[in-house]
Amino acid sequence: MAILVSLGAVLAIVVIALIGAQVGPLQYLLGILVPYAAFAIFIGGFIWRVVYWGKSPVPFRIPTTAGQEYSFPWIKRNRFDNPVKLWEVLVRMFLEVFAFRSLFRHTRAELRGGNLIYGPSKWLWLGALMFHYSFLVIALRHLRFFVQPTPEFVKTIENIDGMLQIGAPHMYLSEVMLLTGLAILLGRRFFAPRIRYISLANDYFPLFLIIAIATTGILMRFLFRVDIVGVKELVLGLASFHPTLPDGIGAMFFIHVLLVSALLAYFPFSKLMHMGGVFMSPTRNLVNNTRMKRHVNPWWTPPKFHTYEEYEEEYRDLMKEAGIPVERE
Amino acid sequence: MAKELTPQETLRIDLRPPKQDWMDIPVNIKEGIYCYPAKPEKIECVDMPNAHKWSPVEEDWGLPENWKEIFLEGFRERLDKHRTFKIFMDICVRCGACADKCHFFIGSGDPKNMPVVRAELLRSVYRGEFTKAGQILGRLAGARKLTMPVLKEIWYYLFQCTECRRCSLFCPYGIDTAEITILGRELINLFGLNINWIQEPVCNCYNTGNHLGLLPHTFKQNIEFLCDDIEEFVGIKIEPTFNRKGAEILFVTPSGDVFAEPGIYTLMGYLMLFEHIGLDYTWSTYACEGGNFGFFTSLEMAQRLNAKIYHEAERLGVKWILGGECGHMWRVIHQYMNTFQKPVDSLEEPISPITGTKFENAKSLKMVHISEFTADLIKHGKLKLDPSRNDHLKVTYHDSCNPSRGMGMLEEPRYVIKNVCNHFYEMPENTIREETFCCGSGSGLNAGENMELRMRGGLPRANAVKHVHNKYGVNTLACVCAIDRAVLPASMEYWVPGVDVAGVSELVANALIMEGENERSVNLRGEEIPGRAPKEEEAQEDV
Ligand code: SF4
Ligand code: SF4
Repeated sequence: MAILVSLGAVLAIVVIALIGAQVGPLQYLLGILVPYAAFAIFIGGFIWRVVYWGKSPVPFRIPTTAGQEYSFPWIKRNRFDNPVKLWEVLVRMFLEVFAFRSLFRHTRAELRGGNLIYGPSKWLWLGALMFHYSFLVIALRHLRFFVQPTPEFVKTIENIDGMLQIGAPHMYLSEVMLLTGLAILLGRRFFAPRIRYISLANDYFPLFLIIAIATTGILMRFLFRVDIVGVKELVLGLASFHPTLPDGIGAMFFIHVLLVSALLAYFPFSKLMHMGGVFMSPTRNLVNNTRMKRHVNPWWTPPKFHTYEEYEEEYRDLMKEAGIPVERE
Repeated sequence: MAKELTPQETLRIDLRPPKQDWMDIPVNIKEGIYCYPAKPEKIECVDMPNAHKWSPVEEDWGLPENWKEIFLEGFRERLDKHRTFKIFMDICVRCGACADKCHFFIGSGDPKNMPVVRAELLRSVYRGEFTKAGQILGRLAGARKLTMPVLKEIWYYLFQCTECRRCSLFCPYGIDTAEITILGRELINLFGLNINWIQEPVCNCYNTGNHLGLLPHTFKQNIEFLCDDIEEFVGIKIEPTFNRKGAEILFVTPSGDVFAEPGIYTLMGYLMLFEHIGLDYTWSTYACEGGNFGFFTSLEMAQRLNAKIYHEAERLGVKWILGGECGHMWRVIHQYMNTFQKPVDSLEEPISPITGTKFENAKSLKMVHISEFTADLIKHGKLKLDPSRNDHLKVTYHDSCNPSRGMGMLEEPRYVIKNVCNHFYEMPENTIREETFCCGSGSGLNAGENMELRMRGGLPRANAVKHVHNKYGVNTLACVCAIDRAVLPASMEYWVPGVDVAGVSELVANALIMEGENERSVNLRGEEIPGRAPKEEEAQEDV
């Protein structure tokens, strides 16, 4: 059900774009208004969500410690899994964000003949890493459409990315990796029973959407060639807020753009916000120095507790009898 | 247990999820899994709301008319107070990395015990009640409304999580289901749905200072009985002081160790250690509980119980505080106490009076862990030790969840053990240190009525012990946690007969060569140490 609905939603977007691309005035909508709106929603929504999170304080320092604490000089501590200094926590965050360190720990528990076995399992880590990095590379490569002249670093990325020269015109390495990564991530949701069990439409939809984006992107370069010059003109126009709509760009482009717009607009309201959230997760981005440094809770209130005076009042006789010193005889 | 399951029967676990969507499987509250509800008077005793009589297996839970409002209002309030809650509600991608990391899932196969689903139970309500998408798309967006069956389900699984944080370790965003459980339990406490095994200790601790409700004189007497045992087994008379003003150090440990085996042996260990080094310290009958079941109720309750430690330290005028072996006690002390309480000016940065070591890592809170303290003593050669007295023991070490994932104290206890025992073996690496498995009964789930749950949750830990038991003949499971000492013996008896549970300080004291001691032919349990039977007795037998 969740799969069909998500797939249906993505197909619907494709169909809408396909129809729209045939109708002149709608091209204006699809090529200019919708991308603007989507981008505005993305930026606005992203900021809104981060501010929404930020409005709630972090009352307690509760990092998940994943290694030896800071104690004596003769005990080797684990700086990056149990950081106490700011730069150490930055390294921890860096490893988390750029190397998916926690995912790398992943194991698979199995019960065999009454024995529990924890085998290494790197598929998730690998799939996620391939997907995210190639997505990043592809996004950066797209800068060539937005900035004139093309920045040097974008050219460098393109050169490296195109190095393998797969097929003609060249398939980029990032394209292969993106599709492989997506296949792994989707494959897990289809075939790993536990993952299938927990998957929602919210999980399938972005995967299908990105697969569709990647596919239309690749198709544009292979099967349904679009007018690259026109595309660049349109995108540069968008980027400089002087949008123009050149003729004869090709339907595939409009499909691609509408899919990307859908992704952008969907982003801030979905789990895709893990992109922002990973930086703000208090179990990862805090130092573990709570005994070394007092941390103040903004909504702190003094505890109502049973004071010693009340305690002695209640038990004075018992205490005296047992020879326990008391404040008042 | 309703009907006792044999280990073989319990082991029939299917880790594959059912065909049906979890939202379509109504909750089935089972005997042996759930804990009995809190008695109304134990709730009233600490002024918590909506104390009433009810039963989890009855249809009507006797909730106030507006329970839904209370729940959702409380939910909103907690979203506003805890960034964790908001983020953890929003960013889970359901990657499943945490799914098979939970001991309750591994031991039961119940798909709702996958940490991700445990969190989704609440998250689905969050979506359905608070987000537009959830309200419009409903099920399709993984959303549902808060109803009585949903509440029952949430309740049931909140008490199948020991707040161990193992799932959090593996989550790419650090989503900590323990945090969700903590806040979820706060919510159900808004209308009196705590379990008694937590609520009664909370009430006791509030009034008498300890979970067991030991009155001041009983607390003192129990410790004095243990001193008598020490005199009998070791030949040394120890006279600890209570509520003594002007002592240098206040010692606080979980009260479970004051009266129950095998915790009492750990407590005897503390007494002997402090005597051996001539520590100027005092016990307190007022702040006589290191453990904090308030933490399993609400953060506010945790703060209220925790307040006594500083309060007493200030009254007695001690310089700093030493804390005994306990798991969740140290989560609260290490990560919460310095925020819960205002600093006490009269306390000083802790320095070991024996070695002069400054405990840098505790310089603000002024509270040191006994394993840190002992490790430092050993490092400086301040303890006379004869580890061969522990030679009949083959020891492995169980990291409690909280000191490992909520503090990071991994090496200190190992260093201590290796110095007092000659035979130490680690369990497999995915089951120790930061990846350690819960004993299966933490966070107040160490009741008697939920024994099936406890044995299931204890399986991964026990299974790793079994591995070293078979491979190296390990017969002793060392730990630094009072709940471990209370619950692991049952788990060992069930899963790995032949393994005893011992606190690290017990092992220390058994190896300790004290001035004026007897020939030490028996250990602190009064059991003969193999190969050390006193010569005279043998001679007598010969006659
Ligand atoms: S590991 Fe984290 S993101 Fe993945 S399913 Fe579990 S809680 Fe969600
Ligand atoms: S905190 Fe521990 S018990 Fe709770 S869901 Fe996570 S792994 Fe399971």
